[in-house]
Amino acid sequence: MSVERFVDVLVVGAGPAGLATAAGLAAAGVGEVEVVERDQEAGGAPRHCPNRGFGRFGTTGPQYAERCVTAAVNAGAVLRTGVSVTGWASPLTLDATSPRGLERITARAVVLATGARERPRAARLVAGTRPAGVFTTGELQRSFHRHGQHIGTRAVVVGAEPVSFAALDTLRQAGVEVAALVTGHPRHQAPRARAADARLRHGVPLLTDATVTELLGRGRLSGVLLRHRDGRTARLACDTVVFTGEFVPDHELARRGGLTMDPGTRGPAVDSAFRTAHRGVFAVGNVLHAVEPARTAAHEGSLASAAVLRHLLDGDWPPAAVPVRVTPPLAWAAPNRLTVDEPDDGFTLRVTEFVPSPRLTVTQDGRELFRARRRRPAVPNRPFRVPGQWTGRVDPRGGAVLIALSAGRG
Amino acid sequence: MTGDRAAGRVLRRGALPDVTYDVCVVGAGVVGSAIARELARHPGPRIAVVDAADDVGEGTSKANTAILHTGFDAVPGSLEARLVREGQRLLAAYAAESGIPVEPVGALLVAWDDEQLAALPGLLEKAVRNGYDAARLIGPDEVRAREPHLGPGALGALDVPGESIICPWTTTLAYATQAVRSGVDLLLGCRVERIDAAEGLHVLRTGRGVVRARYLVNAAGLHADTVDRMLGRDDFGVTPRRGQLLVFDKLARGLVRHILLPVPTALGKGVLVAPTVYGNVLLGPTAEDLDDKTATGSTEEGIAGLREKGRRILPALLDEEVTAVYAGLRAATEHEDYRISAHKEQRCVTVGGIRSTGLTASLALAEHVAGLLGDVGLDLKDAGEPDPVRMPAIGEAFPRPYQRADLIAADPAYGAVVCHCERVTRGEIRDALASTVPPVSLDGLRRRTRARGGRCQGFFCGAEVRALLEGGEGPVSR
Repeated sequence: MSVERFVDVLVVGAGPAGLATAAGLAAAGVGEVEVVERDQEAGGAPRHCPNRGFGRFGTTGPQYAERCVTAAVNAGAVLRTGVSVTGWASPLTLDATSPRGLERITARAVVLATGARERPRAARLVAGTRPAGVFTTGELQRSFHRHGQHIGTRAVVVGAEPVSFAALDTLRQAGVEVAALVTGHPRHQAPRARAADARLRHGVPLLTDATVTELLGRGRLSGVLLRHRDGRTARLACDTVVFTGEFVPDHELARRGGLTMDPGTRGPAVDSAFRTAHRGVFAVGNVLHAVEPARTAAHEGSLASAAVLRHLLDGDWPPAAVPVRVTPPLAWAAPNRLTVDEPDDGFTLRVTEFVPSPRLTVTQDGRELFRARRRRPAVPNRPFRVPGQWTGRVDPRGGAVLIALSAGRG
Repeated sequence: MTGDRAAGRVLRRGALPDVTYDVCVVGAGVVGSAIARELARHPGPRIAVVDAADDVGEGTSKANTAILHTGFDAVPGSLEARLVREGQRLLAAYAAESGIPVEPVGALLVAWDDEQLAALPGLLEKAVRNGYDAARLIGPDEVRAREPHLGPGALGALDVPGESIICPWTTTLAYATQAVRSGVDLLLGCRVERIDAAEGLHVLRTGRGVVRARYLVNAAGLHADTVDRMLGRDDFGVTPRRGQLLVFDKLARGLVRHILLPVPTALGKGVLVAPTVYGNVLLGPTAEDLDDKTATGSTEEGIAGLREKGRRILPALLDEEVTAVYAGLRAATEHEDYRISAHKEQRCVTVGGIRSTGLTASLALAEHVAGLLGDVGLDLKDAGEPDPVRMPAIGEAFPRPYQRADLIAADPAYGAVVCHCERVTRGEIRDALASTVPPVSLDGLRRRTRARGGRCQGFFCGAEVRALLEGGEGPVSR
């Protein structure tokens, strides 16, 4: 039998977003704030990224994660690791499994902070054999940094976004030679200094406009087949391949709970107060936008704690929302529901291709709400921010708000 | 009873035992394992199973469509038709007793054009000739009501309520487990290179030494023709027919209720969409005749073709994440029926041409082969029943360990979820590693527990599962 328990707020996921939400709520004096984490350790993805850049003064990922944990615990939140939330029993009641048994936890508010993961080889539909030596960055980092496992001798890294360069660091520390970074885009999508360092100091070639089409080898990977956009093909010998980036939200719990999902982000649809379509259920962090940096997720957490607190005090929930939709080459916008009484923090957009001198328009039912131009290009896998000063002009009874982006001259 | 007999050994490396076996079964797939289990019911013979791979079921048995067939569409009067019909009944009962995941979801053969619609009455008649009376024709409205997510344009269907889905890996493993516990030696990593005849014995030269046996069963699947030629026979050739399949994430399971079978017509056979007992959805297979018996890779064209066909059948399926792409090789021959033959002077039985129905027919095939071995002189008497086996609960239709308060209270390891996508616990991984036929690879562990088999493919748990398999160190600090 399940043990039935009641708390004020249940946060699912102890990464930067969930921990910051819990810290804010506990600090505000909300009675019982509980964070459940399925992993053995709290802190989320930064724990596995030993590189610096997680805060000011060269904070490493593990240091940053530790800081998030300490802040939540010191504020008075209850943090429980090794607890897997397995489903919903009712709209604000979740089932969980841990070595202590089964629990059924009911909360006044539930916060989903379940994060994101990289799409592995199968989801990318890469053909070929199924040999050993195939990783995502997440598995690579845990294998090496946490378990000290042997990785391989020569690797191909698929992707050239910021996380791909983090994978390069781990491979280098693991003594793995990197044959190439491969991206289907015409350029890398990382900060310039990072990419230049990989190319110039470490001699890692960047193959652009190219995709890995097939894995070769039995037992262990022996190589990959590449195809260039122009049709040329090549074979790269390697015993390791790391599929990096292409993050997707870990949205299972949101979907199992029947929340309205955003077709673009594939995470739960939320307004800028992190409210989903279900009363009392919030979502925060990279489950909403796969992915933004840890600091962004933590910042959202503190904003979300204020929104949750408001809900606990007044019980309000918006009765309806206007969806925000995007058109190609935009992939998604977050947040993606507009409700009347929300704060104005702007929107994060993602493009699927490089867009030079982007021109942005926001319309509702053919009526223009906002127009803007940018000099810097929009870059895939990197955030593109839009201010939200136009939200006051949205007709709450109108159709979806449409955000479009096109290449300008020059 | 065989319970008092010493258990056999599972040997994956090193020297082979210096034993003259009464029977050697070549091939540890679902058929070879079933035959070994059946023979081990008799207290007399010493039995060995040899296989080139380092695990059971590593060939055709691991990569199929995982369906427990009724045999409604077999060639009436064929050996295959009879063995599938009997095997289905035997395996359904065995699965229930052994905890092998099975779900009787039923099948619909959906007609998408006039030619397919016109073929349905003939299939119904064939089902009746095969002794299967429960099939019936249904109209488009009923098809839509029973499969609300189906794409537009379904004209009707043949409803075959007796078709089930089953776990092919657990089935093979259950047979092998019972066989070993009943005294069978399982010699893995042992490729048969040559077979000599000497003083009433088969002398099998393998990569790891010699295996001697009085009787031989060729259940080598894809390689049954090669092994037959080592015995000096040339009755058939095996043409590997590749089937590529896509496995979709568990979140797709709600899209489909039945096995959606294609209607075979002169223009060829389409693809099926079927739920799996683990709660995924399968799309496939392709059918490509090849020469290479090791060509188990998927291809870009194969994947694209499957997605195109799947989009018509179940459009929403294509929006879900693919958790695996795999390819299996069916052991097709130039003949319509199974190629099963006994050779008295050679003291051997060949079990060839066992196509995709082999899983369903396995227990009946094993009885049939035991009978043939008796005919050619093997002394099989005093058959008993092996001690029952209880297999791990990896199917979603029954409570999994993480859902069971009683199990977790008795052993908290069943509450420690390691693989989050598939909810596999530390206790289940530990049990698999300590089992009668333990895994030696991540793939073997996945087939026994589902660990790493989900949507993240090891992003979260891959390193920890590998650490558990390698029996080693816990987390290190760096």
